[in-house]
Amino acid sequence: MAMTLHVDIVSAEAEIFSGTATMVFAPAEMGEVGIAPRHAPLVTRLKPGEVRVQTQEGDEMSFFVSGGMLEVQPHVITVLADTAIRADDLDEAQAMEAKERAEKMLSDKSAELDYAKAQAELAQSIAQLAAIKKLRAKS
Amino acid sequence: MAGSKEIRTQVASIKGTQKITKAMEMVAASKMRKAQERMLATRPYAEKIQNVVEHLSQAHPEYHHPYLQMREPKRVGLIIISTDRGLCGGLNINLFKSAITSMKEWDAAGLEIDLTLIGTKSGAFFKRLGGNIVATATHLGDTPSIVELIGTVKVMLDAYEAGTIDRLYLAHNEFENTMTQNPLLKQLIPVAAEPDEQLKDHWDYIYEPDSRPVMDALMIRYIESLVYQGVVENVACEQAARMVAMKSATENADDLIDELQLIYNKARQAAITQEISEIVSGAAAV
Repeated sequence: MAMTLHVDIVSAEAEIFSGTATMVFAPAEMGEVGIAPRHAPLVTRLKPGEVRVQTQEGDEMSFFVSGGMLEVQPHVITVLADTAIRADDLDEAQAMEAKERAEKMLSDKSAELDYAKAQAELAQSIAQLAAIKKLRAKS
Repeated sequence: MAGSKEIRTQVASIKGTQKITKAMEMVAASKMRKAQERMLATRPYAEKIQNVVEHLSQAHPEYHHPYLQMREPKRVGLIIISTDRGLCGGLNINLFKSAITSMKEWDAAGLEIDLTLIGTKSGAFFKRLGGNIVATATHLGDTPSIVELIGTVKVMLDAYEAGTIDRLYLAHNEFENTMTQNPLLKQLIPVAAEPDEQLKDHWDYIYEPDSRPVMDALMIRYIESLVYQGVVENVACEQAARMVAMKSATENADDLIDELQLIYNKARQAAITQEISEIVSGAAAV
């Protein structure tokens, strides 16, 4: 019997593939790697590209990944695929956006927040009215 | 027949409201099912990445990642995940209450707090309360994608790396079942990896190109996946809570209608009785 290894390709949002294979090819950062069963433990980053899985039947399946991580153990391969295109400056831009949103929210008295405030005040007045009504009913 | 017309219009308006709550209940029920599926779909990634991180924290690469190091806390970061919309019972308020309890404890211990808020509800609440809000993300919708969270999480990770914050926590609702959702606060950084006995005399990985960039990339993804999972779980909680809230609203409307119907019938009966007695006394007078 040919030696096989278990392959899991998962992304943060869903499981993409899980099954056995005889050989797996992945676009590692230092160049494409081919992993056969009983490979030494390895962790590496992936570049955007194709992960190819050769099954026992000799078929070849390919999955596109936009980057991610590859973890190899002698009989298990895990591909942690990214769903987003990652780059340092891109991430930086998004972090800036998140900060700006916070600043905007704090300075901006936009309709949405005023609405929440009005709602809270309304709830307070309703409670006050209810209390007054109760007091009146008693006296 | 004094008041009977008012009662009738009131019943009609409650029936209208009931139709809306009933529809919202059904929409929430179907959305909840989808949200639960999405929650399950994120599990494999989270489990796999957790395994790798646990292995790595046991291994001894030449580079020790800052997320694995304990630091004396002076300032903590807290990410709070809330819903974007209301009408979901006490879901958000319960979460905020538990978050505030922890914040008070930190405050008592002399720690300062930086907040990152996900969801409009937490934004409105903590803005009123007053807190140091450093980043927000809103309108993620029913199918949140990790892209929308990268920036928000990065703000906190950068703050940790710069030494501004020394701990990072995440507060969100935990989906237990349709009826129960519990507020949950967990520590993200330093990564609390439990020592595994089996891994004691354990091989180290080959790192390509080097342990440092690999660890960096992996740790960022790990934290992001935890936050993403929290967001997805919170969506499931939101829909479940809304479904239950709308169900009880529909039932309350039913009770109210019954009560009003009774009052209406009594008023009608009283009016008829009065009319008869007027006719009878009128006839007797003739």
